[in-house]
Amino acid sequence: MQNKLEARDLVLSYADRTVVDGLTVELPAGKITVIVGANACGKSTLLRGLARLLKPASGVVELNGRNINSMPSREVARTLGLLPQTPNAPDGITVADLVGRGRYPHQGWFRQWNADDDAAVAAALEATGTLELAGRDIDELSGGQRQRVWIAMALAQQTDILLLDEPTTFLDVTHQVEVLDLVTDLNRRAGTTVVIVLHDLNLAARYADHLIAMKGGCIAAQGAPADVVTEELVQDVFGLEAAVIPDPVSGTPMVVPVGRHHSRPAPAAKNPAVGYLPNPHDSRHEHHNPMEAAS
Amino acid sequence: MSAAPLMQENRPAAAAVRDVRRRSGRRRRAVLAALAAAVVVLFFAGVLLGSYTVTIPDFVRILAGERIPGASFIVMESKLPRAVTAVLIGAAFGISGHLFQTMLRNPLASPDIIGISYGASAAAVTAMVVFGATGAGVSLAALAGACVIAVSLHLLSRRGGASGARLVLMGIGFAAVLQAVVNFLLTRTDVRTAAESLVWLTGSLNSASWERAGIVAAALVVLIPAAVLLGRRLRVLELGDDFAAGLGLPVEGTRAGLLFTGVALAAVATAAAGPVAFVAFLAGPISRQLIGGRASLAAAALTGALILLAADFVAGNLLPGALPVGVVTGALGAPFLLWLLVSSNRVGRGG
Repeated sequence: MQNKLEARDLVLSYADRTVVDGLTVELPAGKITVIVGANACGKSTLLRGLARLLKPASGVVELNGRNINSMPSREVARTLGLLPQTPNAPDGITVADLVGRGRYPHQGWFRQWNADDDAAVAAALEATGTLELAGRDIDELSGGQRQRVWIAMALAQQTDILLLDEPTTFLDVTHQVEVLDLVTDLNRRAGTTVVIVLHDLNLAARYADHLIAMKGGCIAAQGAPADVVTEELVQDVFGLEAAVIPDPVSGTPMVVPVGRHHSRPAPAAKNPAVGYLPNPHDSRHEHHNPMEAAS
Repeated sequence: MSAAPLMQENRPAAAAVRDVRRRSGRRRRAVLAALAAAVVVLFFAGVLLGSYTVTIPDFVRILAGERIPGASFIVMESKLPRAVTAVLIGAAFGISGHLFQTMLRNPLASPDIIGISYGASAAAVTAMVVFGATGAGVSLAALAGACVIAVSLHLLSRRGGASGARLVLMGIGFAAVLQAVVNFLLTRTDVRTAAESLVWLTGSLNSASWERAGIVAAALVVLIPAAVLLGRRLRVLELGDDFAAGLGLPVEGTRAGLLFTGVALAAVATAAAGPVAFVAFLAGPISRQLIGGRASLAAAALTGALILLAADFVAGNLLPGALPVGVVTGALGAPFLLWLLVSSNRVGRGG
């Protein structure tokens, strides 16, 4: 499987504002990596850098050992797919037509639409449960349906790596879970390497095999969610006082914010690590958490 | 969905996708065929009817090379080149409007709104008023003026991202300045030159000739294939810059190519007949409404040709006095678009 994506000493900037500052990361192949962090911590910028949409000011992003910015863009697009935060749906086109546009990197000046493309579009629609919507206009769809169609379009690209920038924004909680379940299906069945930027820490902790917490353009901590999500880290990265308890459904860490109008009941949350099962998917736990020694 | 293995070959599903694709293709082809038929009908109505009516047998004989006194000259030297020019520049305006409106994802972003036609107008009027230019000189000045505005827009919009709304606002700013230049020149010149300039500014087919039609046709032989090839990339570009770049499209290069092609089409058409009002602006949205909401280059081209032929027919036959075609295009096209917009009950189909 061709899906090794890593960044070394990556510096990304817009004009003269440096957003990602000397970051080194390797995205585990065949796993779901979730990137979390406060607003403006550089997580979406990192994703754009990893998808070669932003040229590094210095450092390098490597796809299977090759500098991604010097590879032919179409070749990259056959290995690495991206769903940006705010895709733009053209007016008056059908779901099948939109999803079909994901086939662009597989076409050329002479190679036009063929049966393979139909099959790829059908498979992508089926995987996202949108096959029965194929003939509908995009503007007739609900928000949840539309997001599934965008994911279908990224799937039609048939890449081994899929980068998703906040795919659950603007969705209600039911559809958030639905989208993340769908991405997990894809990862488990096809072995696709998935990298997702998410806002919701609890969903991130539940769905991530590998969790990266970013702060100020650098990685604050990474590893299995059970190791990364601690009260200290939430305080450090989000500036939020919170209790971290085991999620009663999945056993992954669950963040319960305290806020100004409540105070926590004293003893129960003292040792947040109690009750966690170590994540069997992850053997490389890196501890960058400065508060780690305290626990 | 949970039961089906992910991303596996599934023949009935692929067939369903193919059916959807073919169904929407059928609707598009039906509209295109109807538009093409309307263009043909209006083309012959324009050539055969009018102050000097030619019968169909006579027309065939003229085309076969037979000389019929009076009729031969009117058909071959006046009516036929005029109708051919109308089709060519109508299509050029239509495609140009389609490229701009789709690329900038904004129905206001047609070359006649964002200052490109105004650039051509200001340069042409300057040539007429200040340098006393006529004919080809005016056309060349118009061409140069359009290109200067296009390059300025491109350079300015590169700083800080070429978002559609930004470029439209910049273009309207250019248009305001250039409009002032035109008004200044017109108030300073003598009445005869001003009247000539006004006819040119309105857009007119009166100076149509085989020579001019030939020049436009030669330009279109290059520009239309370019537009068709770039139009395929436009289908990816209109998903948004990030998505397009993610799919491997060279975004900057494609945008520059589209801008150049769109400007060249509008400039060539403007040089031949003046900035015929609102053809580029109206052709895209009207064709979209007809086709069910989606943009289509071929439909925009045919709609542009149709607007121009219909306007020329109305101006020449149904209204008193030989009005320049540009007086009618806006008056005819805009109400039609309004009617289409009001009669379609769907939201978000503005263009």
